[in-house]
Amino acid sequence: MIQIDQISKWYGDFQVLNNCTTKVDRGEVVVVCGPSGSGKSTLIKCVNGLEPVQQGTIRVEDTEVTAKRTNLTKLRSRIGMVFQHFELYPHMSVRANLCLAQEKVLGRSSDEANARAEALIKRVGLSEHIEKFPGQLSGGQQQRVAISRALAMDPIAMLFDEPTSALDPEMINEVLDVMVELAQEGMTMMVVTHEMGFARKVADRVVFMDAGAIVEDRPTEQFFGEPESDRAKDFLSKILNH
Amino acid sequence: MGDFDYSVIWDNLPFLWQGLQLSLWLTFLAIIGGIVLGTGLALMRLSGFLPLSLFAATYVNLIRSVPLILVIFWFYFLVPLAIGRPIGGFYSALIAFVMFEAAYYSEIIRAGIQSVRQGQVHAGQATGMNYWQVQRYIVLPQAFRNMIPILVTQGIILFQDTSLVFVVSLRDFMTVSSIVARTEGRLVEMYIFAAIVYFIICFAGSMFVRRLQKGPTA
Repeated sequence: MIQIDQISKWYGDFQVLNNCTTKVDRGEVVVVCGPSGSGKSTLIKCVNGLEPVQQGTIRVEDTEVTAKRTNLTKLRSRIGMVFQHFELYPHMSVRANLCLAQEKVLGRSSDEANARAEALIKRVGLSEHIEKFPGQLSGGQQQRVAISRALAMDPIAMLFDEPTSALDPEMINEVLDVMVELAQEGMTMMVVTHEMGFARKVADRVVFMDAGAIVEDRPTEQFFGEPESDRAKDFLSKILNH
Repeated sequence: MGDFDYSVIWDNLPFLWQGLQLSLWLTFLAIIGGIVLGTGLALMRLSGFLPLSLFAATYVNLIRSVPLILVIFWFYFLVPLAIGRPIGGFYSALIAFVMFEAAYYSEIIRAGIQSVRQGQVHAGQATGMNYWQVQRYIVLPQAFRNMIPILVTQGIILFQDTSLVFVVSLRDFMTVSSIVARTEGRLVEMYIFAAIVYFIICFAGSMFVRRLQKGPTA
């Protein structure tokens, strides 16, 4: 469903992505990991065109993201995205956060949008908070709202950019639980994360990046069982031995 | 102050009130117009489209490098030449204030827009909203919330600046006070009174700003 083909990207002289190629099939969960600064977040932001690439092509279903004429707003409305810092709209209630794009982008009626919002918020266990503002919620609650906001658009795939990195440890699981459930329902997901427990549990493949390049791209058990590269071994030993 | 006669104020109250109304009305309209035009200029400046941003930058820098009184004269004398008929003191002054204040407001608004995190823009874009929708529903509401105190402060300055409209024969509060002072021969009383009125209005505005700054920011 998502085809990333030999993409490279530079910020000025600095190369952030170096000839990256990978894919995510329908219903697949792919975890992208690697040391910080390795280009994981940049890679995932290229998938829905939030970051432009200078070389290579990205296709999502039949749409070529990297083509100049592509209607990016239309494509983005079909791909959900969850951010490290939640990025809920602070001046709107939870309900309004979930309804805004449904109404303005998909053209749903207010009743329709509200019904969808209520159903999704109930699903993540936050019904009693629906009229509150993001600032009144904990980080874990905000991230669950952010996931619901993305799901409200009925996306064909979901992108997660370090969804638990900004959370206090005790809140990580409430967010991961929602993501695991989503994965088990068959959602196509690309997840940048350091949560290796999550990767082991639901990922079909793990992509390991270092210095802007994809170093390993393998089925999950193989990646954890017998990582090929020294850099991946080093990375795994550092984050798994704690 | 035994020789002073403050009854002159009481006797001329309706006349003074008319002047004050004109000052307040002009301030109000100029703030609204200035913010609307200033928002447009700020969006042009930040659009990333060179001709637009260059135009906005030139406009802002040009206006900010001339005195307000000159801009008022421009519109009073030049607009009738351009459209072939006089538009009257009030409208020429209003246009001048709007054009002048827009330059200052646009810089305030530009800073306000830039204070909204890039992640918020990405969040809006990621749900498929276009540039205008992101600005309209996500960026500008947050930007204005951050800017309200400084916008009000600029409004207070604008209120004081409206006293310049005497140059186009408009009877604002300051002009009316002067007229009363001279015709009644009560200069000291009237100028003290005018100062007190300006002080009260501007001080109330400042208190309002202070409350906004202390208020909840959630």
